[in-house]
Amino acid sequence: MNLLQIAAEEQNPLIPEIPELVVGLLAFAIVFALFAWKLLPSINKVLDERRASIEGGIEEAEAAKAEAQRVLEEYREQLADARHEAARLRQEAQEQGATLIAEMRAEGQRQKEAIIEAGHAQLEADRKQAAEALRRDVGRIATDLAGRVVGESLEDHARQSRVIDRFLAELDERAEEGAAR
Amino acid sequence: MSADPQMLANEIDCHIFADCGFPSPGLNSFMFKPMFEVGGIEFNKPMLLALISTIVVTGFFWAAFARPKVVPGKLQMVGEAGYDFVRRGIVYETMGKKDGEKYVPLMVSLFFFIWLMNLWSIIPFAQFPVTSLIAFPAGLAALVWFTWMTINFKKHGFVGGIKNLCYMPGLPKAIYPLLIPIEFLSNVIVRPFTHAVRLFANMFAGHLLLVIFTIASWYLLNGVGIAYAGVSFVMVIVMTLFEIFVQALQAYVFVLLASSYIQGALHADH
Repeated sequence: MNLLQIAAEEQNPLIPEIPELVVGLLAFAIVFALFAWKLLPSINKVLDERRASIEGGIEEAEAAKAEAQRVLEEYREQLADARHEAARLRQEAQEQGATLIAEMRAEGQRQKEAIIEAGHAQLEADRKQAAEALRRDVGRIATDLAGRVVGESLEDHARQSRVIDRFLAELDERAEEGAAR
Repeated sequence: MSADPQMLANEIDCHIFADCGFPSPGLNSFMFKPMFEVGGIEFNKPMLLALISTIVVTGFFWAAFARPKVVPGKLQMVGEAGYDFVRRGIVYETMGKKDGEKYVPLMVSLFFFIWLMNLWSIIPFAQFPVTSLIAFPAGLAALVWFTWMTINFKKHGFVGGIKNLCYMPGLPKAIYPLLIPIEFLSNVIVRPFTHAVRLFANMFAGHLLLVIFTIASWYLLNGVGIAYAGVSFVMVIVMTLFEIFVQALQAYVFVLLASSYIQGALHADH
């Protein structure tokens, strides 16, 4: 048995050695002091900062999201407005086109009628003129013919005129009879 | 010189089948001659290891936390993980965030100091858990005891403090004459003792097992004994791994108990 073993038998392992106790507590006191005074406050500050910056980042992201949502909403609204406007314009154009066509149709109708009217009037005037000319020519030709046939000059105007009128009236009557038949 | 297990075996140079008994380790494995003397205190190996523990713990956390960054480096990240483990996992769990915040530095320093003191058990050349000497856990347990006793009497006054120590409401009256002395004994006297001895005994037993298997591995190294020595050496490895677990667990248990004692002192009628 060496000295240490002899000493061990005299020693109760549950009785603390005072120098060890003191040194142990001193060693711990230094650790505790440094942690409490410097190290933990220092790291806590940074942990708080980190949390704050993360929370700030989240807030920022939320704000950006809200902004994006708002802009999207706006664009959608504008798009809907534009669609609406386009539909309205199309509708208007269609209506205008229809009106235009109707107007042009009416105008064409009116012009057509005017042309027909004018044609009728012209025709009537020509007919009258032709009838007038015909009556004059027929009178003269008949007079000439009668003068030649009778062999006498029918220069007396009044008599001449009466004879022609009577002749013509007979012609008209005949013509009407012919038409009636 | 230290009673280092390997050195003990080497010095004795004693093997099986060589007319030599097993040099079984005992309390002598926990006795150390003074190495040097400073200011009237004779320093031995465990004391020196305790002081080195201080240097290592504060050195590590100084490097990690002294100039902390919002975006942490690797060292700071490891430090933060350890700090968070004690703060959230132990202190907030037992005392709550509001009450516990004040005691976080105590618990964090206790945990890492004790853990490192335990850890020396498996570190080459140190190979001795400082906490397997009762003086070290006893000092820390006494510190915790003074802390929660102070809180107890400060918070509840003298009468309330005594009541908090030995009274439990809501029991039949006939039980109190029996209960009050038992509660007082259990809370005031047995509690710090078990607090210290739980840590001490775990580390003491763990170290003893490691020493026994280490010495046996050397002692059996003769003839057919070599096969036994192999088994013994495997046990050294297994026990070393087990010790790594026990060291962290005992540090955790010590701090958890300290937290729950303080929590009990803060709140009456626990």
